[in-house]
Amino acid sequence: MLELSGVGYAYPDAGDAALQDLTLAVEAGEFVVVAGGSGSGKSTLLRAAAGLVPHFHGGTFSGRLRCGGLDTREHGPGELAAVAGTLLQDPETQVLMGTVRAELAFPLENRGFGGAAVARGVEEAALALGIAGLLDRSTHELSGGELQRVALGAALAGRPRIVLLDEPTSQLDPVAGDELLGVLRRVNEEWGTAVLLAEHRLERCLPAADRVLALESGRLAFDGSPEAFLERRPETPIARLFALAGRPERPVTVKAARAALGGVRSCDPAPDPPAGRPRLRRVRRPTAALALERVWFERDAAVLRGVDLRVEPGETVALMGRNGAGKSTLLRLAAGLERPSRGKLSTAGRVALLLQHPGDYFLHDRVDAELPHARLEAAGLGHLAARHPRDLSGGERQRLALEIVLGEGEPAVACLDEPTRGMDRGHKDALARRLLALASGGTAVIVATHDAEFAAAFAARTVLLGDGRPVADAPTAEVLGGGWYFATQVARVLGTRALTPEEGAAHVAAPAPREEIAVPEVAR
Amino acid sequence: MSYRRRSTPLHAARAGVGAAWCVVLGLVALSLEHPLVLAVLLGCVLAAAAAAQVARQVARTLAWGVPFALVIALVNALVTREGLTILVRGFNVPVLGQLDVTLEALAYGGVLGLRALIVIGCAALLAAAVDPDELLRAVRRVSVRSGVTAAVATRLMPVLARDARRLADAQRARGAGDPGPAGRVAVLHAVTAGALDRATDVAATLEVRGFATGLRPARRRRPLSRHDLGFAASAAALALLGVLAAVEGWAPFAAYPRIELSLGASALLPAAALALCALVPFADRRGVER
Repeated sequence: MLELSGVGYAYPDAGDAALQDLTLAVEAGEFVVVAGGSGSGKSTLLRAAAGLVPHFHGGTFSGRLRCGGLDTREHGPGELAAVAGTLLQDPETQVLMGTVRAELAFPLENRGFGGAAVARGVEEAALALGIAGLLDRSTHELSGGELQRVALGAALAGRPRIVLLDEPTSQLDPVAGDELLGVLRRVNEEWGTAVLLAEHRLERCLPAADRVLALESGRLAFDGSPEAFLERRPETPIARLFALAGRPERPVTVKAARAALGGVRSCDPAPDPPAGRPRLRRVRRPTAALALERVWFERDAAVLRGVDLRVEPGETVALMGRNGAGKSTLLRLAAGLERPSRGKLSTAGRVALLLQHPGDYFLHDRVDAELPHARLEAAGLGHLAARHPRDLSGGERQRLALEIVLGEGEPAVACLDEPTRGMDRGHKDALARRLLALASGGTAVIVATHDAEFAAAFAARTVLLGDGRPVADAPTAEVLGGGWYFATQVARVLGTRALTPEEGAAHVAAPAPREEIAVPEVAR
Repeated sequence: MSYRRRSTPLHAARAGVGAAWCVVLGLVALSLEHPLVLAVLLGCVLAAAAAAQVARQVARTLAWGVPFALVIALVNALVTREGLTILVRGFNVPVLGQLDVTLEALAYGGVLGLRALIVIGCAALLAAAVDPDELLRAVRRVSVRSGVTAAVATRLMPVLARDARRLADAQRARGAGDPGPAGRVAVLHAVTAGALDRATDVAATLEVRGFATGLRPARRRRPLSRHDLGFAASAAALALLGVLAAVEGWAPFAAYPRIELSLGASALLPAAALALCALVPFADRRGVER
């Protein structure tokens, strides 16, 4: 289905090659996950398979790549679209037409299909993806998740033999991301469409995968089963839990992890937080860093409904809840971008707000024009001074934008809206460390996030919003431990309030003799 | 501004006919000069927008166009040396020499501004009430290259509008206060750079959807509806009236050297005929999809 033989590629004016001597094959019906850090060549591989590299991007291409039997040196992306559906990262630029029906019809019309074939293809794609109800909706009205699903529909209309997906869930919340992956799995299983999926959040997509390809600096560093991949690189929370506990297994799914642990799973109360994570500070002080008293915010409908919230200096708070629960609005109110319709909001000083798209903060052509050298050096970004901000990786952009909004001197409150979307684990860990350092200096840190793993890594307290008001406000271990959706993977495996792999490992003993494991027992 | 399907005769007409009607109305405005006739045509644009249930969108666009129309009127008053009724005498401008502002030049500037407003209104009506997907499909059947340009442009506009809102929010969140002229230039530069990135993303999506194969979409055969016929006849009648008015000298108006304006039947009849031709198709609500 996809065959690469000694493929190398360098973007125009780029010093280093993005792909180097890549030789691999993907068979029909395979579900392959492409893993690797930022800049490892995942996107370039997918763009090469779609024919965008080199036809659209230019640059220097060597070797041979055949996709669905078509050699990409002889066939451009338009011809390859007949055999390969492609879905890129940003839902907003993936949808081209005004209505969903027109969007699904567009690729079929481009292939010269007649009216009846187009109509049938549209209906089939809509039914397969569960978007039949959206067919006559305007694409301007769709949410990010719906847009990405429609874009996937357009990529799949005409039933390509392989579908290429470049971090399709990076801009989506976990619910929409999980739904999209569910759809992909169904398409793979029922239609036999091969899937080549690049993703950072491996815990989400490895359960569906037959095989993992890992790239490093444009080279193939691993090619094997998900289990073998996790054995070599325990990159999911479950694999890290088992590795830290000294267990030999590397389960891919929560179910397999529970089965492997057998009797170890328990319903213990929350363990003490480890020393690295600040304890929850709930002692009322005279001046809160941020205080909301019966705050309402109404636009067309009430977004926030009588919110009472007090955040002390130095507190680390994760703000969670489903889409539309009011998380972003609460942060915008705190930063003064919106005014409450009713109620009282006060802050102890400056509020720094990092919105969802870090690139929006950059106005200049060089990083050192955005931030003085001294601050770049202090933030560990000095080596990027001469670069253009738009050329930075996602994680580097996020760090630079964070330093820009933090400004001179420590703010009283730092608010971050979904900062981990599209970030690999290394950058997430670095961000968590930065936020904890900020909190230790007395800044209250509030992060709106869907990422339970990230919340567990940095927040001492979690506020769960539902329909515009806090429905739970407690230590993170209490809110995210024992939950089903609002829970970390480790908590789902262990059923305890241990949230992180490190905390979970303390609960999981080294493997006992087989006959002892077989005896069900609740560890206390 | 974005298109949304509504239950009105203009929405029920096929996109090609609806677009042609809007374009003809704008062209008629460009072929006539009489202020009364132009005022009636502007009224027709607003009435059509109301009948198409897009009055708010069109009015908002016209409000943005008013400063543009005023600038046209003022520039004409400043650069035109014709007219006998001097309102402001002489200030010297290098190269251009002495400039006098005359009533006639100001009035003719007003006519030009009014024409510009009508054209803006027609464009807004087209954007709000004519299905862009169907129109794009029709354009692609004629010219694939034009279709690519139109596709990128139509998709890019709402994306850039959202980007601009986000960028403005980010700058407010940055807390820099009033950025001053240099800061505004930097913001404009960032928006432009972002627009190029976005255009590249949209173009890449067009590529992977097979747009560049050059195949024209298959013709969709459907019988002409009463609304297609109504708006096509209206457009033809408007075009005919516009040509006749220009050739036969109906609704005479001369700005220079002195304003000569007829407000009698020679102006009122063409104005009434144009209004009637433009608005009659909206009266037929039979067969409008609900």
